[in-house]
Amino acid sequence: MHVKPSRMTLLRAFAAAGLTFLAAGANATEVNLYTTREPKLIQPLLDDFTQDTGIKVNTVFIKDGLLERVKAEGEKSPADVLMAVDIGNLVDLVQGGVTQAVSSKTLEDVIPANLRDPEGQWYALSLRDRIAYVAKDLDINTLTYESFADPKWKGKVCIRSGQHPYNTGLISAMIAHDGLEATEKWLRGVKANLARKAAGGDRDVARDILGGICDVGIANAYYVGHMKNAQPGTDARKWGDAIKVIRPTFQNGKSRGTHVNISGASVAKHAPHKAEAIQLLEYLVSEKAQSKYANANYEYPVRAGVKLDPVVASFGPLVVDPLPLAEIAKNRKLASQLVDKVGFDN
Amino acid sequence: MASTTEPLPLQASHSGTQRPRPWLEAGWGWRAGAALIAICVAAPVATLVWLAGMGDAGHWSHLIRYVLPEALTNTILLLAGVGVLVASLGTGAAWLVTAYTFPTSRILSWALLLPLAVPTYIVAFAYLDVLHPIGPVQSLIRNLLGYASPRDFRLPDLRSMTGAIFLLGFVLYPYVYLSTRVMFATQAANLIEAGRILGLSSRGVFLRVALPLARPAIIVGLSLALLETLNDIGASEFLGVQTLTVSIYSTWITRSDLAGAAQIALAMLGLVVVLIMAERRGRRRQRYSNTQRMRPMQARRLEGGPALLAMALGWLPIVVGFVVPVMYLASETAKHLHLTGGVSEQLWQSGLNTVRISLLATIVVVLCGLIVTWAARGARPGRPARIAGLCARASTMGYALPGTVLAIALLTPINGLDHALSWLRQSLTGMSPGLILMGSSTALIAAYTIRFLAISIGSLESGLARIPPSLEQASRLLGESPTGTFRRVHLPLLRPAIGASALLVFVDTMKELPATLLLRPVNFDTLATWLYAEAARGTYEEGAVAALAIVLAGLLPVILLARHQLKSGH
Amino acid sequence: MQPLLSVSHISLAYDTPEGRQEIVTDFSMALEKGHIGCLLGASGCGKTTILRAIAGFEPLQAGEIRLGTALLSSSGFLVEPEHRNVGMMFQDYALFPHLTVEKNIAFGLRRRDRREQEHRVRQLLELVGLETVAKRYPHELSGGQQQRVALARALAPEPDLLLLDEPFSNLDIDTRERLAFEVRDILKETGHTALLVTHNQAEAFAIADRIGVMRHGAIVQWDTPYGLHNHPANEFVADFVRREALMAQRAQAYLRGEGS
Repeated sequence: MHVKPSRMTLLRAFAAAGLTFLAAGANATEVNLYTTREPKLIQPLLDDFTQDTGIKVNTVFIKDGLLERVKAEGEKSPADVLMAVDIGNLVDLVQGGVTQAVSSKTLEDVIPANLRDPEGQWYALSLRDRIAYVAKDLDINTLTYESFADPKWKGKVCIRSGQHPYNTGLISAMIAHDGLEATEKWLRGVKANLARKAAGGDRDVARDILGGICDVGIANAYYVGHMKNAQPGTDARKWGDAIKVIRPTFQNGKSRGTHVNISGASVAKHAPHKAEAIQLLEYLVSEKAQSKYANANYEYPVRAGVKLDPVVASFGPLVVDPLPLAEIAKNRKLASQLVDKVGFDN
Repeated sequence: MASTTEPLPLQASHSGTQRPRPWLEAGWGWRAGAALIAICVAAPVATLVWLAGMGDAGHWSHLIRYVLPEALTNTILLLAGVGVLVASLGTGAAWLVTAYTFPTSRILSWALLLPLAVPTYIVAFAYLDVLHPIGPVQSLIRNLLGYASPRDFRLPDLRSMTGAIFLLGFVLYPYVYLSTRVMFATQAANLIEAGRILGLSSRGVFLRVALPLARPAIIVGLSLALLETLNDIGASEFLGVQTLTVSIYSTWITRSDLAGAAQIALAMLGLVVVLIMAERRGRRRQRYSNTQRMRPMQARRLEGGPALLAMALGWLPIVVGFVVPVMYLASETAKHLHLTGGVSEQLWQSGLNTVRISLLATIVVVLCGLIVTWAARGARPGRPARIAGLCARASTMGYALPGTVLAIALLTPINGLDHALSWLRQSLTGMSPGLILMGSSTALIAAYTIRFLAISIGSLESGLARIPPSLEQASRLLGESPTGTFRRVHLPLLRPAIGASALLVFVDTMKELPATLLLRPVNFDTLATWLYAEAARGTYEEGAVAALAIVLAGLLPVILLARHQLKSGH
Repeated sequence: MQPLLSVSHISLAYDTPEGRQEIVTDFSMALEKGHIGCLLGASGCGKTTILRAIAGFEPLQAGEIRLGTALLSSSGFLVEPEHRNVGMMFQDYALFPHLTVEKNIAFGLRRRDRREQEHRVRQLLELVGLETVAKRYPHELSGGQQQRVALARALAPEPDLLLLDEPFSNLDIDTRERLAFEVRDILKETGHTALLVTHNQAEAFAIADRIGVMRHGAIVQWDTPYGLHNHPANEFVADFVRREALMAQRAQAYLRGEGS
């Protein structure tokens, strides 16, 4: 019958085409990077690395489930470097048993101790401070995180989902600073102050401030860099121009530091190119790469003394909350449960 | 009368069968194939159960107290709201376009399918901008009312249950529209005309004849739309509605609690089972094999006031579900292109990848659907085909699994298979080829098949049911074997159903996001994953380009489907 | 002479969720070659089930069905419908909607070569008087035309036996009567043996040589139309056969020169 045979041929053709999807085999001068960071962000850095060292970088972008993927690949996994955002994810990778400890003088010199794993299982590559977006015309200059629960802000606060890692990171830090009970009270207070559902992204906080939905919000700093540096006339620029930045501190913080999260990396447990992997990490904290992070992504470099983007510099110097990130990571589960208990996202 | 022993000249052959198979039952080969497919679909579900079992009781009790009740309530409310909206919009539109003729009604009949090309996450993303206080709509309203700033006047926020119901309803109604319209256009003529002759008003004809007749079609379309709602992650997430799917994501991603996510997923599966059982029960009582001549219904002509009303009602869903989002995406794309002057190479590559893999997946899905549906014919209690019938139901389950959970559940079996293959290859040839399956698109195709088999099965089952049994009997008596009958009678008559399901599957695989993100091979992007990457970065303007590309690409199958509808419907 | 179709002591039953339902028990009938028989009865009397058993769609619980000396069905044995060389006309015509009239008629002629097929199709189109609509599709034809295509299609592979399952029920009264006579003429011309099943006694009387009046799965009287009318076996048959209708049928037959 004329229908079936042509379908068979088609099927065979596509099966053959399907085989062309096979991955390339492992090679000498290359390194395999599994990352949750958007390719556009890090591609320039990787290109520079290849140019300087001749080592090819094969990138796999995995938005969710990096741990599951690497775990499932097991011993044969070709992953060399695992790059992730958020301390919680990095700690998960370690606890999931897919990383290995590496030591490198370069890494240990450049990265402060509270921003790397004591055993060398993960290293911070850039800082992402979580700060306050404030309506430009509002007359305030300092804020504490705790004050967001103050009734004077009722109906004026915007923030993304409480379960989002950026927020659970902040809540974990707060638990470490103020204790579980106080943090629960704080969360309830903030929820009562919400101008709209805790949803959307960080940039939506700026947009909603412009839209008059709220006056203050909590979001990451580097988005402001993006927005204020956008071309005039674009939406992003309009939103950026509607806000100013205040770096909040913790009420009881002795050194009055701001909460930061990080983007970081680990070397995979069964990395076929371990040496190249460490080389890549060391490259990423070099002066050149760090200034790329600073200028291209508006994140705060983990390396001291790197020249900042003017917009970022205008926020003032960043004093990092000295609490070790490893400590904060321990509270993640509690923080997430607290969000559920309070029904923050409902 | 002397009886002669002389045999009469006959052509009947003497070969018969011992223990004859009951009529209408497919051979064991078909049934084995169906069983294999059902197992492949069920395997991930089994993995889920196993994964769920690995979680600790402490976390389960936390989920029950704080997460599940809210998520369950929200999900049920969302389903109910979307269900009502989708059923009314879809059925109303189908009736409007079949029973009446008015200016633009012919265009409408296919244009009403357009929202199918717009994925739920894109429509949410578009409207959040369009209806934002500083967006075009509210700015216009403020201008008209004389308010200067959004701080003086604002409409309620779209990020709510109502907003979600509204958006999902206007983008998912085509499922009901599609199935109901086919029913009205081909089956209803005689009965509807009888109703009119008996003096029923138009509304009476609609409520008392057309609606009950269309019930199976409505239920089929409704169940597809509701399953789509259950699976949606993008729209619910953007709009802040804590559905079960959103909870699964947050449980897995932020708490890295795979077991907990699997537990919620199982709860969702329970909901789906209820949905599917209700749908089957609703359909069982109906006989939809129409032995009457199939001819189109006589449409009544509308003019003047009623015609305008009909036009307004008919175009409204299209405007909301398609025109507005597309215009938004087009303008954002134009802005972006004006600013940057071009489209990236990555976008082109993503597009090609998307088309290739969707085509492959569609072929696999339709073939599997044919095998399963054919094997399940004649499924009755006590018959062996009953198992094939259960296989068909089991194969439908995959649609219930949210893409991400399905992907995770698939990782384990596929990985096992991979290691086995690798071991085999190594022991046979001494070569270590690495991970073949994970590196290829096999895992992804498997995921698409599991997820979308239901579309193929549903369409083929109702297509098969529309073929009167007498056709098969006639073919058999004319000397054709069961397989020959399938080839020469059923397949050609199933072509519309095959075509319709192929197109739906194609469009759905193109739009698919969560499973693709996890299961795709190295450096392989589809349009959807590229769009999400852009959105993750926060650069919505560039994301709009990919979104527009998805919608445009998705338009083609929709238009083909619409044209095909036009041909067969009239 | 040995009958062409012999149905001996057959029993038929359905399996339902409630249990086994007996339709027909110990039913027998025989049909001579070249004769047109009819099972006449109200719906539910089992006549359609018997027809389906002869076609091979229902297995027998007991008894035998033979065509000539060849065994078609018995308890535990069934020759598949496609091997029985039996043709059938259906109540809903069952024409293949995706094929033209020509292709419909040629459907059962696959085994033959092209030339032979074309010749046979032309022959049959002439026989049923549908030469002009050969290339049309079923939905473009009237009910009467469709049923004639169905007849042509069923006769094309030269079956030993033709079964008719209430073939005229879907037609309007005028077409019904006219077509019934036409079908009889055609069958007598070709010499086919046929068995009709119907609840309409006007059709039965128009077509059949022998009619079996049925009730609850059994034949009450098996006789010629004349015999049924003039010598009804009991009240039931007498009531079933209405006098006026018979007169009209017989008058027509007499006028066309047939005996009774």
